[in-house]
Amino acid sequence: MALSRTTSAPLFAEGASGTLRLVVYLVLAAVLMASDRHGHHLLRLRAAAHLAVEPLYRLAALPADAARSLRLAVADRQALTRENAELKQALLLAQARLNRLGVLSEQNQRLQSLLEVQRSLGLAVQLARLVDVQLDTVRHRVVLNVGSAEGVSVGQSVLDASGVMGQVIEVLPHTSTVMLVTDARHAIPVTLERTGLRTIAHGTGALDRLELPNIPVSADVAPGDKLVSSGLGGTFPAGFPVGEVTAVRADQNGMFAAATVRPAAALDRSGEVLVLRELADPVGPPEAAPESGPPAAAAGPVERAP
Amino acid sequence: MSARQRSHAWLFLASIAAAYVLQLLPLPAALAPLKPYWLALVLLYWALEEPERVGLGRAFLCGLVGDVIHGEILGEQALRLTIFTFIVLRFRARLRFFPMWQQALAVLALLANDRVVLLMTRAFAGDPMPPPGFWLAPLAGVAVWPWWFLLLDDLRARLRVHEA
Repeated sequence: MALSRTTSAPLFAEGASGTLRLVVYLVLAAVLMASDRHGHHLLRLRAAAHLAVEPLYRLAALPADAARSLRLAVADRQALTRENAELKQALLLAQARLNRLGVLSEQNQRLQSLLEVQRSLGLAVQLARLVDVQLDTVRHRVVLNVGSAEGVSVGQSVLDASGVMGQVIEVLPHTSTVMLVTDARHAIPVTLERTGLRTIAHGTGALDRLELPNIPVSADVAPGDKLVSSGLGGTFPAGFPVGEVTAVRADQNGMFAAATVRPAAALDRSGEVLVLRELADPVGPPEAAPESGPPAAAAGPVERAP
Repeated sequence: MSARQRSHAWLFLASIAAAYVLQLLPLPAALAPLKPYWLALVLLYWALEEPERVGLGRAFLCGLVGDVIHGEILGEQALRLTIFTFIVLRFRARLRFFPMWQQALAVLALLANDRVVLLMTRAFAGDPMPPPGFWLAPLAGVAVWPWWFLLLDDLRARLRVHEA
């Protein structure tokens, strides 16, 4: 050790001063690091310096850019074809997604119109969703996703945005069954909007048809007449659209006329429905059977035919 | 002599600039941990061959510029390069006359030490432990070192011939 010192005296001297300088620089670096980490006053210096070294970044990025463009230039036909196919697939997927979005937006619109109904009615209603549909030649039932736990009870009316759908006939804790107005066993008291004629619309078992039997032949019923619920019988509140008369014809025995009605509610399309909270009459009869005859008191302009 | 000094000074600056660019060079993610510490390799070369060009002050300055360019914390590379250069200058006489494989081992030790210093500064700053790939860079540096050395030596020799 001593030998090396004597033989390399200048080197050693440099080393000794070097150690001192090393310590100075290390302390300087440490101070810089600490001040940069804690106070961020060196940030601005770095920002300014970054502007100056921007070209350096560009220069460093050049090889990568060149490599990328080179790869693009020599990409063979097969790869391009494959990429094309993949892109097409992706486009298809995106299209499908877009379609689903369209469905969602339609649903949104439907819900909004339902909300609109709710607001304009000023009625307490409950939004429900169809979970099941049971349709055969006589039974027209749908199952809703609300039940007694949600406050639904037998006899409540069910509406959609455009009209009366039916009434609740059975309630389970979390589902309820609704008989649609087109069920063959269903009847709903209605009023002709134009003339005020009261009658009863019976279900037919066909989803697009209601039947008005036993209309007096002299009664003024014409295709295009709107039917609204009359509110009699206590189950359905008054004034909701039920349907529109499409055809009037003579009864089988010629004593009465009969009309065919197209339901106003979108019975085969509705996904979301409103369950009317309040019952018009708490003990109202589930079916309006007694009003089977022609109206006795003619409040409207229609007189009973002899 | 003066012209040669000047041309070597240009080579020195050019090599340092090249080191900065190489350090910035974007690499594929798989190769990124293998990026050697070019700046240290440049300083190592010049410290071995022309030590009068590389002092602690210059190393510190180079490190500062590197910090600014890389956008890491200011002073980190300055600290690393100062320590690196100090060790190289201390053992310069021995390093110079090592055979290439021994020199490569020494370079490995130097670069590994540099990584330890970096790890320490990071640990002080409260950063978590780096991934294992962190330790691959010194190996890459050793793999590159002989070619880097030969390249710079060749360039230097050419400049000399050109003047002669």
